[in-house]
Amino acid sequence: MLVATAIGIAVNRDLLSVVMLSSIYGLLSANFFVTMDAVDVAFTEAAVGAGISPLLMFTTMAIVGRYEKLPHRWSLSALVLVSITGALLLVATMDMPAFGAPDAPAQQHVAPRYIEQSGQEVGIPNIVTSVLATYRGFDTFGEVTVIFTAGVGVLSLLMIGDRATKPLSSHLLKASQHKILRIVSKVLIAPILLFALYVQFHGDYGPGGGFQAGVIFAAAIIVYTMLFGLDSARQVIDQGWVRVMAAVGVLLYGAVGVVSMVNGGNFLDYDVLAKDPIHGQHYGIIVIELGVGITVAAVMVLIYFSFAGRLVDRGHQDD
Amino acid sequence: MLSHLPILQVILPLLAAPSCLILGRPALAWGFSFATSAAAMLISMLLLQQVWLEGPISYFLGGWEAPWGIEYRIDLLNAFLLLIVSSLSTVVLAGTRQSVAAEVEANRQTLFYVSWLLCLAGLLGILATGDAFNVFVFLEVSSLSTYTLISLGRDRKALWASYQYLIVGTIGATFILIGIGLMYMMTGTLNMQDLAQRLPVVADTRTVFAAYAFVIVGVCLKLALFPLHLWLPNAYAYAPSAVTAFLAATATKVAVYLLIRFSFTVFGADFSAMDIPLHQLFIALGLIAVFSASLVAILQIDIKRAIAYSSVAQIGYMIIGLGLGTAAGLQATLLHLFNHALMKGALFMSLAAVALRMGSTRLDDLAGLSQRMPLTAMAFVLGGLSLIGVPLTVGFISKWYLVIATLEMGMWPVAALILVGSLLAVMYIWRVVEVMYFRDPPASTQVSEAPVSVLLPLWLLVIANIYFGIDTALPVSVTADAAQALLGWGK
Amino acid sequence: MTDMLLTHYNYWVVMVLMMIGFYIVIAQGNLVKKLVGLNIFQTSVFILYISAGKVSGGSAPILDDAISVYSNPLPHVLILTAIVVGIATTALGLALIIRLREAYGSAEEKDIQEQNQC
Repeated sequence: MLVATAIGIAVNRDLLSVVMLSSIYGLLSANFFVTMDAVDVAFTEAAVGAGISPLLMFTTMAIVGRYEKLPHRWSLSALVLVSITGALLLVATMDMPAFGAPDAPAQQHVAPRYIEQSGQEVGIPNIVTSVLATYRGFDTFGEVTVIFTAGVGVLSLLMIGDRATKPLSSHLLKASQHKILRIVSKVLIAPILLFALYVQFHGDYGPGGGFQAGVIFAAAIIVYTMLFGLDSARQVIDQGWVRVMAAVGVLLYGAVGVVSMVNGGNFLDYDVLAKDPIHGQHYGIIVIELGVGITVAAVMVLIYFSFAGRLVDRGHQDD
Repeated sequence: MLSHLPILQVILPLLAAPSCLILGRPALAWGFSFATSAAAMLISMLLLQQVWLEGPISYFLGGWEAPWGIEYRIDLLNAFLLLIVSSLSTVVLAGTRQSVAAEVEANRQTLFYVSWLLCLAGLLGILATGDAFNVFVFLEVSSLSTYTLISLGRDRKALWASYQYLIVGTIGATFILIGIGLMYMMTGTLNMQDLAQRLPVVADTRTVFAAYAFVIVGVCLKLALFPLHLWLPNAYAYAPSAVTAFLAATATKVAVYLLIRFSFTVFGADFSAMDIPLHQLFIALGLIAVFSASLVAILQIDIKRAIAYSSVAQIGYMIIGLGLGTAAGLQATLLHLFNHALMKGALFMSLAAVALRMGSTRLDDLAGLSQRMPLTAMAFVLGGLSLIGVPLTVGFISKWYLVIATLEMGMWPVAALILVGSLLAVMYIWRVVEVMYFRDPPASTQVSEAPVSVLLPLWLLVIANIYFGIDTALPVSVTADAAQALLGWGK
Repeated sequence: MTDMLLTHYNYWVVMVLMMIGFYIVIAQGNLVKKLVGLNIFQTSVFILYISAGKVSGGSAPILDDAISVYSNPLPHVLILTAIVVGIATTALGLALIIRLREAYGSAEEKDIQEQNQC
């Protein structure tokens, strides 16, 4: 299925269906991750691969046009290059441990400690969250920074106020004419926000956490934008404020690390945050997940506003 | 507090970036970034001193010991590079405030400095970490901010250069990710020290061989090693002048560091020498890079672009030293890392000053520049002499050590080719000198010398080019020990 | 060989996906499609990692007294990070495409390179 979808993407010239297919591809791989026991990854891939990424691509497409201009010609040099890379990977699989083998090296050395000890050392059931937030908490700090970096980059590329935007609401992005849509969506926004909060704080026990919650939270705001138009959304949510929130999330995460250092531990050592390590770990994880959630939500909203802002500007130009 | 130095080195610029965004005003943002960068430089000096006196430092993030947690590990090699990156960032920032103000739109300047700090944090993060996956994360921090910085160039071609680099850079990063994944499948660990111990057991599997190949190709894409260099000239030519100076002096150095780290520390010198004639391949590619890029550089009409091609050539020299595989060869590479940062910093900063006053760096527009901007022109010439490798400059030291290292191996044809390569450098520098000194300036234009705040940092770099060309004690002894340590590790 | 097929088919799927994605990136002329290809390429690597973490008979790594065998949580964590990095890159790439289209009036590699020539 995955392969078929991928081939579909390769041969199709209508970008709309390419993006649709890529969104299906995202869902399929999320399914695959569930069968591989990676529920957190599946959740995230569904939100990203079938959610944000197609949304942004559709918006881009509305700006740059739907069809590929040139018919595709098979490129020999590209085929050769790809075949060499593929062959290299094929060679690599020859000596790989069998799929699913419990005695494979990957299952042996570092991972057992997470499975056996994280219950006592960190005290939360979701091992993925334990590893993500504390054992490899610094990677996650880097991840938040990457999101922040992308936000800064998109902002600098698609800065609003580049051209004088007329205070006109655009028909392109507004679904308010559809009464049913409006009522249904209105009813939906509050539960979406609640669900985001649930995902945010439930990450310790089941799949979820700051990143997924941030995405869902941003989704609620994006639905609102689609419903009432970009201009009214910008009125409710001040852009400067969103910018500050994007920065605050990163700073919050970093602050936890700095507080651990002041308390005599290493950077991001949550053990020293409270009297006993388990409570310390708990506080640490809650705060850093909050930091992740805030930055992700703020950056997603910022990116969507920037993209949609271009679309609206363009709509004005065409009028 | 001293025990926290390794992490402070990275989180200082990293946390300064969001703070800078909140600060808002461009003038404040510049001062803030400069102060942050200077503080990072101070930290890297302390670190180098500490490592020099007491040996490698380990720092466990989150208090989890390696390999379960992420480890920061500072040895002589990365302490040396941390110093290069943070100090060049500081000097370039000091000298390019006006240049940025002139080339980047006012409402984007704060974002420019935020991206600069993120890029600095990313590069320092790659250097400091002892964890293979953490390398990937910080590689992306530095890459994404680099794409942003390049896209801020005035010409629309900057956008195209940035997009091209984004595609190539992401392919490179994904290759590295594949390599790390394959290593993890065979060893069950991500920590570099731990990998170094566990890889020899499975070294003869095809999976590990493929892992090495993916990592090396991925790094070489970021490194712009010939023939994977096509993104670099565009990116350097169209980025804002300050960015070009910063990237040319630091980013490729970090990529070379990764190549050394993975080849010598993680896989070990024995492995790298094994299966394929990788060393010969490196030497051959290095030589081709030197010649092809230098020849193209001679043909350029834009000097910024010519010097960008020269970077591809200089990377060639570094790879030749690496390919020799001996302590002397490695030392030559490490020395050239330091020296090349100094000369490219000086050259691109003088071009930034030219662009500031002239609005162009095309060869034809530079006629008679020595009369209008004598100090800037002189700085360019001295930087160029250093690039060629004239005695009493750092360039000479690099070439000297590289040639000695090749002769030690009995490779006198390689040594001869290196010297011929230097002659090509003479040609593309001479073209500029001729136009600047022996042509009359167009009568109509009124151009004055660059401001003092630009000249001071620029001349600081020029003097460094000469000082370290005469008093070589510090870089030579540091690199000698670093090279020894790298080769000792594999055994 | 049939043994290999049974124990390694996941990795071969990865290989095929990777090749398709990689081909789209380097051979296609449309800038948006290149990014879609890049996404496929990256996702194939995610599948490689997640496959490496699967343990036969194991279940999702959420601690429960009733379960004794878990799949490996570490690759999951790494890939969570990698997915986030991927979407960050995609967003930046798309923003660049919008600007390119505004500056060149096209989102095709060939058009842009022709305009750069003159």
